[in-house]
Amino acid sequence: MTDGLTLTNVTSGYGPTHVLDRVNLNLRPGERLAVIGRNGAGKTTLLATIMGLAKLHEGTVTLNGAPIHGLSPHKRSSLGLGLVPQTRDIFKSLTVEENLLSAKRGSATLDEAYALFPRLKERRKNGGGQLSGGEQQMLAIARTLMTEPDVILLDEPLEGLAPVICEQLMQVFEDLCNDGRRSVVLVEQHATAALKFADRAVLMANGAIVHEGPATELLARPDLLNRHIGVALSA
Amino acid sequence: MKSWGPPLLLLILAVVLYFALPFNLAFLTRILIMVVLVLSLDLVLGYAGIATLGQAALYGAGAYAAGLFAIHVWADPVAGLFVGAGAGAMLAFVSGLVLMRTQGLTLIMLSIAVASICLEIANKARDVTGGADGLRGIRMEPVLGLFAFDFIGKTGFWYALAVVAVVFVVLALLSRAPLGLSLRGIHESPERMAAIGVSVYWRRITAYTIGGGIAGIAGALSAQITQLVSLESFSFTLSAEALIMLILGGTGRLYGAVLGTLIFMFVHHWAAANDPFNWLFVIGALVLAVVFFLPKGVISAPPAITRLLKGGRHAGS
Repeated sequence: MTDGLTLTNVTSGYGPTHVLDRVNLNLRPGERLAVIGRNGAGKTTLLATIMGLAKLHEGTVTLNGAPIHGLSPHKRSSLGLGLVPQTRDIFKSLTVEENLLSAKRGSATLDEAYALFPRLKERRKNGGGQLSGGEQQMLAIARTLMTEPDVILLDEPLEGLAPVICEQLMQVFEDLCNDGRRSVVLVEQHATAALKFADRAVLMANGAIVHEGPATELLARPDLLNRHIGVALSA
Repeated sequence: MKSWGPPLLLLILAVVLYFALPFNLAFLTRILIMVVLVLSLDLVLGYAGIATLGQAALYGAGAYAAGLFAIHVWADPVAGLFVGAGAGAMLAFVSGLVLMRTQGLTLIMLSIAVASICLEIANKARDVTGGADGLRGIRMEPVLGLFAFDFIGKTGFWYALAVVAVVFVVLALLSRAPLGLSLRGIHESPERMAAIGVSVYWRRITAYTIGGGIAGIAGALSAQITQLVSLESFSFTLSAEALIMLILGGTGRLYGAVLGTLIFMFVHHWAAANDPFNWLFVIGALVLAVVFFLPKGVISAPPAITRLLKGGRHAGS
């Protein structure tokens, strides 16, 4: 049995459209994986395929050796997958606290979420629609954590946020991984931040994985990024 | 509950109306029964976002079940309420297994179809339901063995008011429980709720079944207090009126259901008494005005007026 999350020859997309093309990927328990690519490379579709939100045309998705590609998104969530979507999808009619409680599972508590994001505790009675972009992102992450995931899929969590908030969030991701129980897939256009965080990275272009290797290698050799996906590392 | 003020105010209003309109207790009781029905629709549509025009099917199921139970088994009112709730919930669960797989226009059409099928079954099963003549011969025992139903309708009024209060409190608690929160989440984004581990299909069935149970209670109340169940219980008009009442008051807020029912029933009563032929025009104008000026219902009037007094929509900026 293979531990962790494994995608084998996965071709997927939306309706009849194919976005991912024969993708193979393995995520070991406790591993941090960065997925880097330009817009339209298929990064979000990769996460949607893992979560069951995109149509799988070919291939298999397994979690700890058991196939999950036939399961609905809510069943995948109950098996330990947790997606923080790029769009955040905060429930605007619910308060911060209600957003968190709507996802509560098992022994997850509000205190744990507030310990990770003290700002949310201050705004716990505010409506979801009254939050800033950074607060919404914190809430989206905290809400996913309320489902007690073993594998966290983060879709461009730093997009559109101020640098100081980005630093705070990256620190939170570090804290989440410290106990080695959780695996994280971080899809990000901020290549430097993602590579500093990750153990391993994959580069995507045109729906396929074009390079895979240790994150430190890509940090040391930015020419690889430029060669494969035409992206330069920022400071 | 966040505040006891508004529900207390509504209770006081009910008591004031009881003393202010002593010869209209049947009308006031009818309003209370409709409040229960519209509250059930608020759970289904306002909270869970299930667009239905077949709530009368669940109301009618409760009415016939409670009526038949009283005639053939036991005429205890409270037991009859449970039977009505069970019948409404059962019909909602069984039909919901199919209905909740659909959305939008398809769901609306199917919900109407379910009510039509129920109406036709009740019409054909004359020997059991009385057919077009209605189910007669319902004689209820005193409520809790203490309060006998009277000709003027005093017992019926207080009994209905007690049921409204219980239903309201239960729904208020439910709306703040994880189930209620997840229903509101499903209303906003079913895909997101699925991705955080909620089975949207079964959660919608649960909401529809609870809503069916409450609609069944409304039907049972009607059967017990009026001592008659007619085919009108399954009518499309009843479903449509309940929906209009909810839209008038405001969806997704229980007070909206109560306010909408009060306004609709009083305007309907007043307009029909003054002009028996053109009263629908008044109702139509009222709905148009509310939808145009207060799209979120009458419940949104106080904040809208406050904004207006502060200088229009730019006041907050």
